[in-house]
Amino acid sequence: MSKRKMENTRLPVGECISQVQEMLRERLCHQQLPDRPEGVEAQHKHLLELLKRTAVHGESNSVLIVGPRGAGKTMLLKCVLRDLQEEKEAQKNLLQVHLNGLLQTDDRIALKEITRQLHLENAVGDKVFGSFAENLAFLLEALKKGDRSSSRPALFVLDEFDLFAHHKNQTLLYNLLDVSQSAQAPIAVVGLTCRLDVLELLEKRVKSRFSHRQIHLLSNPTFSQYLQRVRTQLSLPDHFPDRKFALDWNASVETLCEDKSVEDALRRHFNSSKDFRSMHMLLMLCLSRVSVAKPGIKPADLVEASRMSFADAKANMLHGLSILELCLIIAMKHLNDVYEGEPFNLQMVHNEFKKFLQRKSNSMYKFDQPVILKAFEHLQQLELIRPVDSSLAKTQREYQLMRLMLDHSQIMEALQKYPQCPTDVKQWAMSAFG
Amino acid sequence: MSSLLQHPGHEEESLQRVSDQLPCREVQAGTLLSLMGQPHQYSYPSIFIYGHRSSGKSHVLHVLLKELELPHAPVSCVECVSVALLFEQVLLSFFGADAASLLPRSPSLSDFVRVYRNQCSQSPAEQTRYIVMEKAELLRDADANLLPALLRLQELVEDNVTVILLSEIVWDKFRPNTGCFEPLLLHFPDYSKGELQHILSHDRHPSYSAEFYSSYINILLGVFYSVCRDLRELRHLAALNFSKFCEPVVEGKVKETDTHKLWRNMEPHLKKAMQTVYLREVSSLQWEKMQQMEEKESGALRGLSAHTHVELPYYSKFLLIAAYLASYNPARTDKRFFLKHHGKIRKTNFLKKNEKTSNHLLGPKPFPLDRLLAIFYSVVDSRVAPTASIFSQISSLVTLQLLTQVSHDDQLDAPKYKCAVSMDFICAISRTVNFEIVNYLYDFL
Repeated sequence: MSKRKMENTRLPVGECISQVQEMLRERLCHQQLPDRPEGVEAQHKHLLELLKRTAVHGESNSVLIVGPRGAGKTMLLKCVLRDLQEEKEAQKNLLQVHLNGLLQTDDRIALKEITRQLHLENAVGDKVFGSFAENLAFLLEALKKGDRSSSRPALFVLDEFDLFAHHKNQTLLYNLLDVSQSAQAPIAVVGLTCRLDVLELLEKRVKSRFSHRQIHLLSNPTFSQYLQRVRTQLSLPDHFPDRKFALDWNASVETLCEDKSVEDALRRHFNSSKDFRSMHMLLMLCLSRVSVAKPGIKPADLVEASRMSFADAKANMLHGLSILELCLIIAMKHLNDVYEGEPFNLQMVHNEFKKFLQRKSNSMYKFDQPVILKAFEHLQQLELIRPVDSSLAKTQREYQLMRLMLDHSQIMEALQKYPQCPTDVKQWAMSAFG
Repeated sequence: MSSLLQHPGHEEESLQRVSDQLPCREVQAGTLLSLMGQPHQYSYPSIFIYGHRSSGKSHVLHVLLKELELPHAPVSCVECVSVALLFEQVLLSFFGADAASLLPRSPSLSDFVRVYRNQCSQSPAEQTRYIVMEKAELLRDADANLLPALLRLQELVEDNVTVILLSEIVWDKFRPNTGCFEPLLLHFPDYSKGELQHILSHDRHPSYSAEFYSSYINILLGVFYSVCRDLRELRHLAALNFSKFCEPVVEGKVKETDTHKLWRNMEPHLKKAMQTVYLREVSSLQWEKMQQMEEKESGALRGLSAHTHVELPYYSKFLLIAAYLASYNPARTDKRFFLKHHGKIRKTNFLKKNEKTSNHLLGPKPFPLDRLLAIFYSVVDSRVAPTASIFSQISSLVTLQLLTQVSHDDQLDAPKYKCAVSMDFICAISRTVNFEIVNYLYDFL
């Protein structure tokens, strides 16, 4: 299709919307790579340079990418690898091994995975033969045989690097870093982690073999950058089939970002967390409301989505409790106030509740002990109260010491929102040491 | 109502069927549907749905996925006692039995991801695949890596897959200490009283009118709503007690419209039901039988907890009494209770400031074996030799869980015990040996 023709195509609205959904969902949910990494140009250049030296010149290297969750570590690495693939020589030469600390939970599994991904001789299809010792010896042999000029360079990517440091004796890390130190086959070890103290986890011999090269991704965007990010995440690219729709959409995103209420909501998010993933979640909630009937994101959508993601989950759960359970929680609150956070058992709670009943002389809440026990156990199931020690079979149920996992203000707030809360219960909650 | 559930990519008919099956849950179903998007589009990697028991979490998902014919793997974390079962279940429902057999004998997460990747490169997803995990709180007890890995499964297997976790417990209690990929949180609110009434009125008996049944539901909710909001429990109770409610109408004493008389007939019956069948003191079958026998008052049948009487040997009874006294009396008062010439001490004299709360509120205290034996000798009238039989009776009381041994550090030398029986039980026991236990309890002085 020629360019002129593209510009003239008009698609029906439903088609456009589904295109928008597809594109933006890929971006927000699937963590699609951007064309250029934003805000991390220096790190990108550094890493690309480093890996290029391994891929092209056969230099051995090790590097750690450190940053909080959602800071774009994997994105950076993937961008670098994509750019590296453009280089002819690197593309031809480089072998890649991807390991993840979540999946390769011990060295044996990791070693098999390495053998499999390198297609060594003792791997047939995706089956790997031999014991751990044999595999290790084989792998080291294969790496040792090579040298800088003749063998193909290998890139080891260790995602969740800190979990590899919990392996026994850190054998894998030791061997990989040892190879990267000595003049054997050229390898680059890239670790990704969210722990700033990751070097403290390494054993001394492992640490001394590591090059101590770290790339920090401590992104600290200003609010205007954050807003800009929202804009770029939501706007449609130039190659969208229907140009007219894309332009309208982008203009509506622009007006959305200038809206006062939207800015307030976004600032609240910005103040609670600067990482982009929580922003993606917010935008995803907005995007899911876009439909044929409502083609475009309105400020109200974003405010609603923000309200949804800021909702207090415990308050939501308190809303669904029965009156009896709520009364027990109030009794626990009073006990907490009187005895300054000492743990309590069912007997004390029941006693406190009985005091309330005597005061009120209201027969409406006269419940038997077993009914109360059932309500108490339901609260325990919801983990709103938690036993102090976990020896369940040891003591009788009514004498087991518990702690309330709610805070004073949460209870009072829940009480305000509770549908048809009896007035005397409310007053009881307010009274005493409130 | 069906206007809420309009979504491109799904047929109108099936959406209509969905909304018929989900009374009072249209909003949640609509939100979920819009989050899922069209079948071929990507959905958010993991969604966490929380809400109270029987607020329709798994029902909504089940109906949606079933009626719209989306590929999904239902997994119950209760059933999956090992991760191998979980992996097998997922592979089985996505790729068929052949894929599940590819897993090695005790598969790790790595094996699962490898097999999954292999399979999905052969048959790539045209539609989003869903893994629905029920009772997700049990995942916390599993391997520490499992939950973080599941949350980012989409990234790990590079497939269009979404993991949906269902739980009663809020997300804050799930988060691992090194963090993880945050799922999208969705709350299913509880049913309000009106909604409960609406849903419960659906399953009415065909031979009675709708108003009649809904007035019955109204009475039922009036009694039980303050205690129980569990739809399943309420539905069960409604089904159990309905025959009693129609009884006067069947006999022709009362007309269907005379709500007040029906209520007067019903309410005490329901109150009794709360004490018995709600607590499972009396099984549902027994309850139904009891309703048929009119002359016999319901509840006259002894429930489960009434069978507390245990036949024990003579010395075991005294050992248990001694243990109860040792547990609930402070050691300082032993002299006053069990020595002959103790002098006159009034309670106020040895009432310490912090001892105003009764011991029956705080629960049993541990005591050493020596104190148990000392009290035992003083409450038993005859002379008893400390034979092996006495000691074996103590340890058999422990295995019967009438006593519990507290500290585990030493088996032979100075073990400590606690008494684990209730006040009623010990009173019944002491009555059989003509011992007035209340006179010896510090709390009732």
